[in-house]
Amino acid sequence: MARTLINVPPKAKRGQVIEIKTLISHVMETGYRRNEVGAMVPRDIINTFVCTYNGEEVFRTGLHPAIAANPFISFFAVATESGKFEFKWTDDQGNVETASAAITVE
Amino acid sequence: MTKNYRLPTRRAVLAGASAAGALGAVPLLLVRRALATPEKMQAAIKSVIGEAPVKKGKVTLDIPPLVENGNTVAMSVTVESPMTATDRVKVVHVFNEKNPQPNVIDAHFGPRAARAAFSTRIRLADTQTLVAIAEMSDGSFWSDSIDVIVTLAACLEYN
Repeated sequence: MARTLINVPPKAKRGQVIEIKTLISHVMETGYRRNEVGAMVPRDIINTFVCTYNGEEVFRTGLHPAIAANPFISFFAVATESGKFEFKWTDDQGNVETASAAITVE
Repeated sequence: MTKNYRLPTRRAVLAGASAAGALGAVPLLLVRRALATPEKMQAAIKSVIGEAPVKKGKVTLDIPPLVENGNTVAMSVTVESPMTATDRVKVVHVFNEKNPQPNVIDAHFGPRAARAAFSTRIRLADTQTLVAIAEMSDGSFWSDSIDVIVTLAACLEYN
């Protein structure tokens, strides 16, 4: 569906607060635009984004057409143990894009 | 032609046109853009949080006060909260007044969230007021609002 870019620090100290940044390429078509021949372009946006850390939820958002194209989302997690961050985006057509990043906690 | 209906005469059409011209504002109302209004935003807020009282404070909605391009506007929301298991922010909703739809984003903080803060990039169709409302784990609601001036609006070329 789309290209993604994830920024998770590869290493962190236990208990450290880390910032996670995510970016995905998507048109985020609002459904309010018309094409060259005047027909409405149907809405097609990423409506849900979920981030989990070793299976437990960190951050989840519902997105609306007011989110800019190529949605960028950043948020914070506590590094508690080594493991994997998993990211999942779902769009209006039901396409699912996933990504993951590993972290080592010392 | 049947007798059941009459086509308007030229005189009637001219009289109608001048009457509409005299009223002036009436034809303009018909071509208004489909934008959310402050009332729509209030309705959207009510549909999300219900009738609960919303207090000012704790929430900081950070967005540039003067926006040159409404197609991508960096926005971040921070809520004062220790984010412990018992005292935490459950969800933050952001609303706008004048985009076609009043909702912007609903951010839910899971058990692993370290801070009640996030940032993203949004679209703004007009100079308007944005509202962020945070729901705490104790059921209280806190909010912040901010006025934004937009010089180049998102979506303008389509209206």
